[in-house]
Amino acid sequence: MSAITRDEVAHLARLSRLALGDDELDHLAAQLDQIISAVARVQEVAAQDIPPTSHALPLTNVYRADEVRPSLPPDRALAAAPAAQDDRFRVPRILDEEA
Amino acid sequence: MTTPTLMDYDEALARFEPVLGIETHIELGTASKMFCGCPTTFGADPNTQVCPVCLGLPGALPVTNHAAIEGIIKIGLALNCEIVEWCRFARKNYFYPDMPKNFQISQYDEPLCVDGHLEVEVEGETYRIEIERVHMEEDTGKSLHVGGATGRIQGAEFSLVDYNRAGIPLVEIVTKPIPATGERAPLVARAYATELRELVRSLGVSDVRMEEGSMRCDVNVSLMPRGAAEWGTRTETKNVNSLRSVERSVRSEIERQAGVLADGGRIVQETRHFHEDTGRTTAGRSKEEAQDYRYFPEPDLVPMAPAREWVEELRATLPELPAARRRRVQAEWGLSDLELRDVVNAGAVDLIEATVARGADAGAARKWWMNELSRRATAQGVELAELPITPEQVARVQAMVAAGELNDKLARQVFEGVLAGEGGPDEVVAARGLKVVSDEGELAAVIDEVIAGNAAVADKVRAGKVAAAGALVGAVMKATRGQADAARARELILEKLGAS
Amino acid sequence: MSELVKKGAAELGELIAAGETSAAEVAQAHLDRIAAVDGRVNAFLHVDAETVLAQARKVDERRAAGEELGPLAGVPIAHKDVFTTTDMPTTAGSKILEGWRPPYDATITARLRAAGLVILGKTNMDEFAMGSSTENSAYGVSRNPWDLGRVPGGSSGGSSAAVAAYEAPLSTGTDTGGSIRQPAAVTGIVGVKPTYGGSSRYGVIAFASSLDTPGPFARNVLDAALLHEAFSGHDRMDSTSVDAPVPPVVEGARRADVQGMRVGVVKEFAGDGYQPGVTARFAEAVETLESLGAKVVEVSCPNFVHALPAYYLIAPSEASSNLARFDAMRYGLRVGDDGTRSAEEVMALTRAQGFGPEVKRRIMLGTYALSSGYYDAYYGKAQQVRTLIKRDFENAFEQVDVLVSPTTPTTAFPIGERADDPIAMYLADLCTIPANLTGNAAISVPCGLADGLPVGLQIMAPVLGDDRVYRVGAAVERALEDRWGGPLLARAPELVEAK
Repeated sequence: MSAITRDEVAHLARLSRLALGDDELDHLAAQLDQIISAVARVQEVAAQDIPPTSHALPLTNVYRADEVRPSLPPDRALAAAPAAQDDRFRVPRILDEEA
Repeated sequence: MTTPTLMDYDEALARFEPVLGIETHIELGTASKMFCGCPTTFGADPNTQVCPVCLGLPGALPVTNHAAIEGIIKIGLALNCEIVEWCRFARKNYFYPDMPKNFQISQYDEPLCVDGHLEVEVEGETYRIEIERVHMEEDTGKSLHVGGATGRIQGAEFSLVDYNRAGIPLVEIVTKPIPATGERAPLVARAYATELRELVRSLGVSDVRMEEGSMRCDVNVSLMPRGAAEWGTRTETKNVNSLRSVERSVRSEIERQAGVLADGGRIVQETRHFHEDTGRTTAGRSKEEAQDYRYFPEPDLVPMAPAREWVEELRATLPELPAARRRRVQAEWGLSDLELRDVVNAGAVDLIEATVARGADAGAARKWWMNELSRRATAQGVELAELPITPEQVARVQAMVAAGELNDKLARQVFEGVLAGEGGPDEVVAARGLKVVSDEGELAAVIDEVIAGNAAVADKVRAGKVAAAGALVGAVMKATRGQADAARARELILEKLGAS
Repeated sequence: MSELVKKGAAELGELIAAGETSAAEVAQAHLDRIAAVDGRVNAFLHVDAETVLAQARKVDERRAAGEELGPLAGVPIAHKDVFTTTDMPTTAGSKILEGWRPPYDATITARLRAAGLVILGKTNMDEFAMGSSTENSAYGVSRNPWDLGRVPGGSSGGSSAAVAAYEAPLSTGTDTGGSIRQPAAVTGIVGVKPTYGGSSRYGVIAFASSLDTPGPFARNVLDAALLHEAFSGHDRMDSTSVDAPVPPVVEGARRADVQGMRVGVVKEFAGDGYQPGVTARFAEAVETLESLGAKVVEVSCPNFVHALPAYYLIAPSEASSNLARFDAMRYGLRVGDDGTRSAEEVMALTRAQGFGPEVKRRIMLGTYALSSGYYDAYYGKAQQVRTLIKRDFENAFEQVDVLVSPTTPTTAFPIGERADDPIAMYLADLCTIPANLTGNAAISVPCGLADGLPVGLQIMAPVLGDDRVYRVGAAVERALEDRWGGPLLARAPELVEAK
């Protein structure tokens, strides 16, 4: 049995905002299936009472003081924009209001 | 598309019980953003308050603003929440052009503040709103939709994005479901939003201006048939950007959902948008698949573990909160519940208190602010606090009244002058020559003239029609341009005409 | 080839300081070398001679003006293209960032400049640091100077190749699962993964935030330590940066003795899958340590075998989120914006065309591991494994001062051999990954040849025990070079210089 279906792979591509063609989806589905089967080995570790580790080091409470620092000059902020207009980033039409 | 049938509100409430839930976003008024040093000034030129961090440039990293954490803890404490001992930020992943990293730094299953409550009063009844969580996150940028007819997102040709707002600290306050509010549901929702705004404002951590978006409400509504045990499916209405809209959106959604249910329809769990112009909600574009935010602990930020001593320090610095303050002023000023509510709704508590602090007695201070000045504010369409007059000036006017130098009518003229920019009360009094005529001889001479000039009226008074004296008093006031003491003038007139 | 390019960083620094040569002259010698060999090595993505010489002249001017400069002032360095630089493009090896000029310098870039290092250019890498060969670069593969038909390791393969080909005495890298140590091992040079948080990530284009660690490459341990010291230390722009003094790494490298130290051999990193030559060189290195007075014991770290699968859940998960920002809206490539397509469509088209296959694979894998219904079974489990590996390290370091293993199971593999076999490629990081999951310091030093190709010895130390890896690494280096009669790299075939 495969670990992941092609439909699931197509769903992941949409979630990841990747417009993949059919060939690419087929190829990826096979590879992901193989990789997921391999990494699923983590589930063999009996780990019910083991706390998860999200950070390499156990640091806490790192803050900065509420001080204003210089922003980028507007021309530098917009310098790399694929399109800009009226000091704003110009983007293609947006289909939906914010999620 | 079929137009949904709305059900009449009273009928809807007769058949269904609404359950509310309110998520409120409040932008904190810190000097710099949540995770970078960019300023947070409202209304700056587009993209002038951005840097690699808040633009989400490759390689940039967030560092948490200490003042924002202090602000949210104050809000949590004021809402009677528990401040957790350890928690993390989490990434909420979804793509949207106004979100520079395409994830929002937020909190997921480890909010900083949990399990609080806020009491609100509606028509004399107290509702305890349970607070599920208060968590810290960052705001998004703002899009301007260009092309198309309406400037709305639908039909636009492209959008222009300004990231000045991106990364401004945002506190999200989430209630638990609020049941059993019945027909008062819209009012309870509004009262909650009002009370929350007052509370946060009193803490000084945000300017909570709904019109500028520094406070925004998302309102969840579901209906269940009366007597049912299970709650219905809820909708979430966004874009609710005034207190009035909070109330209207709940009402509208109750009418809509009741209509759908009565027609045998099903409520879809969805996001809806409130429109100020129509007072109605419309559905957001239906999603092909459910959102999956893929939350996980933010690896670029380390966990927060607010020291208990710090939390207690902050608790000790909390100001008197609005509810306690209301109880105090009610007692101190001797107000009925109704009077208190009027004062609160007019936003006059601060003003009256400041006026009293400058020597006016509470009754007079309240009278001036709630009558004369409220009337003028309403006429000008501004908030009471926005009138160009200070509590100190009101106190000065009242001091002159108390000393007998002004009567109420003259005092109103002084207010008019101050509001017209003619200067402070003393300057207006001097410039307009406003002074009560208290010289008895001068007054008696005027009265004699008036009696002589109104013989017919004077005869009526002599004949016992005391009420007719009013016309003579009016004539005296007119002759003295309002500066006479009307009560004294009346006494003298009656005396002279032998009618006293 | 100028004699200058054969010299190490410390020596160049001294020569420049003594006025026997100048930063400009040293820079020119390296530019000449790059011009002569990089057509075949392809270590660099960007070199601009004018910018380089301007930097070098500025260092010479600073010195002439009497400014007190550090030991590496005037020394050239190759800079991995994952660090932002205001005066050079920064692409992270991806087409999606082609031509991007960052408006800010990474903290490490700024510190290199402050220390007077002369940045020669930006080096090739696997796209977004995902890979072990540079075959995933959008700009072509870099080649191993030992055998141009083989990979120089990765992801920092351009940086390892540049140093091994004498195009630079020093280079920077980032190590997320072995991306410094593995390329160092397969090119016969020194590479260090400092303690996580010991070197700033600000301005490092993120692959996996909780693992990414910038570190140095050099041709000897002391040079690596000097570079480590020059760019490390607390950075307020990086919340995960450790606010503690930099461990005494230069002192450790100079001390170079292991008398009485306890060295643990990781039992689990041996056996099937290890090239016999690698196993043999590793065993000899361990014997060498013993002969130098170290006490060698075998240590079991039973959970290390789970490190690879855990890594291939954690790193892609973080990457799927980190790489979401490449969406064609604010910078970088934009594909398909014809005035009719929506932002959503343009994002998806751009990402599909702008990312290479490995990046897409990992984004998809990470999205899967984090998605609702799978989080606990994959990402959650992987985080628990991370805890277990931490415990293994803690237990081990109660018994020993450092742990050793081969850096990689095999020597450099031929270009193309594993290009479309992700799992085989992932095995290159088998031994290096545990230290990334727990933040420990680790080094790879050359320990000989297997079938004519370099083998690396990995030395791992506790968190903030960076000085130990330099101390042990330098001791091994000294003993082996005495035996070999010079550095291992001297045995590499000469690259024919183009005219």
